[in-house]
Amino acid sequence: MRNTKVNLAGVELKNPVMTASGTFGSGAEYSEFADLGGLGAVVTKGVAREPWPGNPAPRIAETRGGMLNAIGLQNPGIEVFRKRDIPFLKKYDTKIIVNVCGKTVEDYCQVVEELGDEPVDLLEINVSCPNVKEGGIAFGQNPKALEAITREVKRHARQPIIMKLSPNVTDIGDMARAARDGGADVLSLINTLTGMKIDIHRRTFAIANKTAGLSGPAIKPVALRMVYQAAQAVELPIIGMGGIENGGDAMEFILAGATAVAVGTATFRNPLAAWDTARGIVEYMEKYGISDIKDLIGAVK
Amino acid sequence: MSRYKEMAVISEQQEISPGIFSLWLETKEIAGEAKAGQFLSLYSGDESRLLPRPISICEIDREGNAVRLVYRVAGKGTQEFSGKRPGEFLDVVGPLGNGFPLLPKKAFVIGGGIGIPPMVQLARELDGEKQIVLGYRDGDLFLKEEMEAFGPVFCATEDGSRGTRGNVLDAIRENGLDAEVIYACGPTPMLRAIKEFAREREMECYLSLEERMACGIGACLACVCKSMDVDHHTYVKNKRVCAEGPVFKAEEVDLSPWISQTDKKEGRS
Repeated sequence: MRNTKVNLAGVELKNPVMTASGTFGSGAEYSEFADLGGLGAVVTKGVAREPWPGNPAPRIAETRGGMLNAIGLQNPGIEVFRKRDIPFLKKYDTKIIVNVCGKTVEDYCQVVEELGDEPVDLLEINVSCPNVKEGGIAFGQNPKALEAITREVKRHARQPIIMKLSPNVTDIGDMARAARDGGADVLSLINTLTGMKIDIHRRTFAIANKTAGLSGPAIKPVALRMVYQAAQAVELPIIGMGGIENGGDAMEFILAGATAVAVGTATFRNPLAAWDTARGIVEYMEKYGISDIKDLIGAVK
Repeated sequence: MSRYKEMAVISEQQEISPGIFSLWLETKEIAGEAKAGQFLSLYSGDESRLLPRPISICEIDREGNAVRLVYRVAGKGTQEFSGKRPGEFLDVVGPLGNGFPLLPKKAFVIGGGIGIPPMVQLARELDGEKQIVLGYRDGDLFLKEEMEAFGPVFCATEDGSRGTRGNVLDAIRENGLDAEVIYACGPTPMLRAIKEFAREREMECYLSLEERMACGIGACLACVCKSMDVDHHTYVKNKRVCAEGPVFKAEEVDLSPWISQTDKKEGRS
């Protein structure tokens, strides 16, 4: 029996694989293809205090080996989310991680407080969305601002908090330390890399928002390097993500220092990508006779 | 309503007009569940192309468990599909979206350009009196002959080489046509004009919209259109073309161009 269980701030996941926020809704759509109970956790799309309409379309574009998105965190707000999405997820034998977004520190704190009594296992604080004008990445590109918001959110949170870091920074190690100093329980990285695409035939930006977040296999080497650097900088558990499509990709992140991994854009190419990744990790363990996945976390120094 | 992920077998592939291909797929479950106006997501075999291509269903053979897609080669993904031969496989998910309601009313079945294919199955399934109005850029009238099996067909061409010179509404006016309900698929400017035409005449009207998609099943919120009322997913005024659509009642959607935050700030519109 291979032990695939991992622990994030006292929360035990049956396997290290979760979904990346924004690529999976709250799981309802993908639950038609496979059992959400096969995943370590479901990470929801970002939720704010009030409904957010998001950005104008077009919101996405394909790039070579990747995609750009500027959805702009369209979400129904915490009230609908509590009534509809949490009870839905509760039906499945998986951990629930809610991604929280806001325009101000108070916004984040209120959402986090409203989730305090809910059956939610972890909170992922989105301070790294590159596609909204206020909030989002504004808190995630300056170590002092990141430390301050982490401290404030932590004060209001009943569940352990995951700070989701942006790759659009000079030194990811500084950001990891700032989140730790603010009291983060877990780090997740990377969010998307800010990018752009131009439609030369219509002479316009391919995305209405002009800039957009790049994700997919194209960014995997950057993500992996940053997860490694963050793991070197702090002792906190890390959820690694960025271009993971299968068990082999997940193993790279685990060997670099990630305790868990998230599958995002790959789900658009293959609705079963997260499940396939979980199975791929077990196959890897069998191939190399690994009895406990925890033995491989950060094994490549 | 169920959707399936399948490896479908190509049974036929033909270029019916320059750059426009007709593809028959043998499916396990999809054809049996599919409705006129729904679409499939087609996945590329090239790992560098991540996003599925949404393609509307042109014909459904429920007994034979097959669906026909008619699509234009618009980029590398569709080019790859067009190179596949009978016996080869295509990775597909479907059927997706809501499809057209079949109403027992005198109907206009309107298709513009590559918006024509989904109207074929609809024209076949509509029981009542119907008039089919097709808009083309030039005299290359793909699918016109097939549509003639289901009712009278009126054509408009932008270059005036065949039928009415102008658009589908010009063809309706020139031929003095009338109906109680409109079904339409085509480019947004055409749909905008049809919406206005239907409003003026107080006609019931269903429009099939297109937007760039990622997941194709309602999870990612990429393919939204503006809606007149608050939607029941996010409770804003956006509807998901892949989930609540692609077919909308005309008065349900706002087809005016999006105004971005940036445009507002810079005083552009």
